[in-house]
Amino acid sequence: MINRLLGLPMNASEHGAQIDHMLELVHWFMLALFVFWGAFFAYCLIRFNRRANPKASYYGMRSHFSTHAEISVVIVEAFLLIAFAFPLWSARVNEMPSDRDAVVVRVIAQQFGWNFHYPGKDGKFGRQDPGLIDAQNPIGLDRGDPDARDDLLTINEMHLPAGRQAIAHISSRDVIHNFALPHMRIAQDAIPGTSVPIWFKPIREGEYEVVCGQLCGAGHYSMKAWLYVDAAEDYQAWLDGMAARQLAPAGGGPSPGASAPPAGG
Amino acid sequence: MAAAHGSGGGGGAHARQSVWASYIFSTDHKVIGVQYGLTALVFLLFGFFLMLAMRWQLAYPGQPLPVVGKLFSPQHPFLPGGVMSPDLYNSFGAMHGTIMIFLGVVPLAFGAFGNYVVPLQIGAPDMAFPRINMASYHAYFWGGVLMLASFFVPGGSAKSGWTSYSPLANVADTQALAPTVAFHPVFNGQTLWLIAMVLLITSSLLGSVNFITTIIQLRAKGMSWMRMPFFVWAQLVTAFLLLLAFPPLEAAGVMQLMDRLAGTSFFVPSGLYVGGKLLEASGGGSPILWQHLFWFLGHPEVYVLILPAMGIVCEVIAVNSRKPIWGYRSLVFASIAVGFLSFVVWAHHMYLTGMGARVSTFFQTTTVLISVPSVIILTALLISLWGGSIRFTTPMLFAAAFIPMFGLGGLTGLPLAFSAIDLALHDTYYVIGHFHYVVAPGTIFALFAGIYHWYPKVTGRRMSEFWGKVHFWPSLICMNGIFLPMFLQGMAGVHRRWYDGGGTFESPTYELAKAVIHWNEFMSISAFVLAAAQLPFIINVFASIWRGERAGDNPWEATTLEWATPTPPPHGNFERPIEVGRGPYEYSVPGHERDFAPQWEGPR
Repeated sequence: MINRLLGLPMNASEHGAQIDHMLELVHWFMLALFVFWGAFFAYCLIRFNRRANPKASYYGMRSHFSTHAEISVVIVEAFLLIAFAFPLWSARVNEMPSDRDAVVVRVIAQQFGWNFHYPGKDGKFGRQDPGLIDAQNPIGLDRGDPDARDDLLTINEMHLPAGRQAIAHISSRDVIHNFALPHMRIAQDAIPGTSVPIWFKPIREGEYEVVCGQLCGAGHYSMKAWLYVDAAEDYQAWLDGMAARQLAPAGGGPSPGASAPPAGG
Repeated sequence: MAAAHGSGGGGGAHARQSVWASYIFSTDHKVIGVQYGLTALVFLLFGFFLMLAMRWQLAYPGQPLPVVGKLFSPQHPFLPGGVMSPDLYNSFGAMHGTIMIFLGVVPLAFGAFGNYVVPLQIGAPDMAFPRINMASYHAYFWGGVLMLASFFVPGGSAKSGWTSYSPLANVADTQALAPTVAFHPVFNGQTLWLIAMVLLITSSLLGSVNFITTIIQLRAKGMSWMRMPFFVWAQLVTAFLLLLAFPPLEAAGVMQLMDRLAGTSFFVPSGLYVGGKLLEASGGGSPILWQHLFWFLGHPEVYVLILPAMGIVCEVIAVNSRKPIWGYRSLVFASIAVGFLSFVVWAHHMYLTGMGARVSTFFQTTTVLISVPSVIILTALLISLWGGSIRFTTPMLFAAAFIPMFGLGGLTGLPLAFSAIDLALHDTYYVIGHFHYVVAPGTIFALFAGIYHWYPKVTGRRMSEFWGKVHFWPSLICMNGIFLPMFLQGMAGVHRRWYDGGGTFESPTYELAKAVIHWNEFMSISAFVLAAAQLPFIINVFASIWRGERAGDNPWEATTLEWATPTPPPHGNFERPIEVGRGPYEYSVPGHERDFAPQWEGPR
C-alpha cells in the first residue's frame, strides 16, 4: 500500500513481487519509527518548553524507554536482514538458471546507447574484438567466427519472451553505464573489461523502459532503450524477422554490409 | 591525564603584529577558525548557486537562465543562448557535490568549528601545532582557488560526477572524448580537479593530526576524558576518520592523475572504444579499484560531515534545555562505534557493480549495524529534551529541527542498506533525497545552530533573534519542499544526473517520469525561495558585528570552558589557569541557586 502511495512502478518480473514486499515492509517500519519518534519529539517541545516547565529536571527521563526502543529496532532490522535481505540476494546471484533453461542475451553499453547481442539458433555467441568496432559493427563482432554467423544485433531494442527466465550478460565498450530495468526491479553496472550476468523472469507482456543509471557523459540523460516482453510466439516471430533481415540467405556467409543492425529503437 | 599548558603553541608572543601576520598568516587557532568559516561559507553559497542553475534547467528544460542568460550568444559552447548544455549541467553537478562536501561542509564543521571551539572547550591556549594549522588552511584555500579556476579553462570544469568514476573521468576533458575542444594537458577540468583534491586532502590530513594531538595532549587540568564536551569527542572521532580514510583517496587521486598525465592505466581496462576509435592506453587496469578506493573514503566522509554536526546539536540542546545531556556516556561510545564501523560499510555504494552472496552479506550486515549507534546518538539527543526547560532561541530552533530532519535522512537510508531492494532505488532521486536530508536540513542546520550559538563568543555581540527566526522558518519549509518530493520521484524510477530531469511534462524522455515530473517545478521554486531565505542570515552575520546586542562572556549561561574566556578570546585564550572540576553539562543541579554549574568552577 505504501509502495502504491509512493508511486512505485508496476512490477513485471517474477522475483519483483518479493522485492516489493520487502520494500513495503521496510517502509512500514520506517513510518512507524518516524511517527513514534515524531510524536515523542512534538510532545517534548510542547510539554517541556520554558513556559510549560520553568524548572528543568537534572535527571531527565529515568525509565528504560530508550533501551527498549533501541533493542526493538535491532530485532526488526535483524529480522529484515535474515528473513528477507540475505535470501533475496542469494537468489539473485546463486540461483542463476542454466543457459538451456533461459534466453541468453549479451548487453553491451556504449556512449550513448544499448547494443543487444543474441546468439541466434546455435545458441553460441560469436567472438568479439574491439579492433573490429566501426559504425556498422558497434560491438566488434567477428563475422568470420562460425559461432557468429547466425548472431543477431539490435540497438536500443531488447525483446524477451514472457514467462521464461532471461540471463543478460552486462558489459560496456567504453565507460561505466548502468543497465537499470525499474519495472523488473533489476539493475547492474555495465563495466568495461568485465561481463556480469544477471537474471530475471519477465512475467507480464508489455513495453518497458531501460534506463542508463550511471553517469556516462553528455548524452547520459537520453540513453534509453526499450524492452519488449512478448508472448512466446511473437518473440519467435521477431527473432525470425531479425534473422531474415540481418543474415544473408542460407549457404554463403553473411556479406559485410548485411550485418548492419537497424538504427535506433 | 591533564597536560601542561602555559606558553605552549603560538599563543606565547603577544607582540604587535602586522595585519598580514594577524589575519592572513596567523597561527592563532581562532583566526584560522574564522578564516575557515568565512571561506567555507562563501563556498557553500557558491555550491548552492550551481545547484540553483541546475534546478532552473530541471524545472524549465531548454529555457534560457533568467537574468544571466541574456549575456550569452547562441554560439556559446556551454550556454548557447543562455541555455545550459548537458556538459555544463554535468559540470555543475560534479562541482556542486565536490564544493559542498570538500570545500563547504567539512571545512566549516571541522576546520572552522573544530579550530575555534575545540582548544577553548578543553582549556588549551592554542592548537598543538599552530604552523601546521596555518598550512592546513592555506592548502585548503589554494585547493579551493584551483577548483574555482577550473571553471575557466578550455572545456570547463570536471564533469564526471563528484565521484569521478573511471574510465569516464580518465577520458573526460581530453581529446579522446571531445576531439574538437582545445584541452590543455594539465589545465583542464578533470586534471585540475584531481590536483585540487590532493591539496584539499593534504589540508584535512594536516588538520587531523593537529586535532588528535591537541585533544590528547593539551587538555586543561581536570579535563578527564569523560568530562570532555561531546563536541570534542565528535571532533576527535572525526579527526581519526580523516586521518585514516583520506590517504587511500589521495593515493587514488594521484593514480588517476598519472593515468591522465603519465600514460599509466591503473583504472583503464584494455580495448576501450571511445570517441570513434580505440583508446590509446596501456590497459589492464580496473575501474572497480577506483570505486573501492573512492568509497573507502566516501563512506567515512559521511560521518565526517555528521559527527561534528551532532556535536554542535548536543552542545546547543544542553544549553537551551537547561539540563544535562541524557546518556552522555552512550553518546561517546556510540560515536566511537560509528567511527570504527564507518570503515567497513563502503561497498554498500557498490551493490550495483555485482557482488557475491558472502560479500554482500558482510556489507549488508555492517551497514545495518552502523544504524544502531546512530539510533543511540539520535535517541540520546531526543530524550535529552525530556524534563528540560526549553528556550527556543534561534540556535535551538536549528538544533531541534536537526533531529527530525536527520531522522528522515537516516530512516530513508534503511531500504538502501539491503542490496536486493537497493537495486530498485539505487542512483534514483530516492538516494538524492536520502543523503540530502542527512547533509542539508541535517548537517547544515546544525552548522547554522553552531554559528548562532558561538557568534557571541567570536564577536562579542549576539545575532538578531528576530532575523534568525526569519531565516529559520522559511529555510525549514523550503528544505522539505525541495527534498521530500525526491522520494516520490525516486520511487517512480527517476534517476539522478538527468540533464533534462526526465524530459518535459509534454514530452517526457522517460515515460516512467511522467507521473512525477511536475514536482520539478515545485522543488525548484522551493530552492529559489530557500535562496531568498538566506539573505536575512547573510545580513545578520555582518550587521550584528556592529549592531548586535552586546553579549558579555557567557550570554547563554553555559557550562563549557569556551565561555570562561574573555570575549573575544585573546591570544592564549584564558586569563588564568583553568582547573576543571566537573562534567560538561551540569545544568539545573539540585541544591544550586543558579541553573548552571560551569566546568571552570570546581565543586564547592
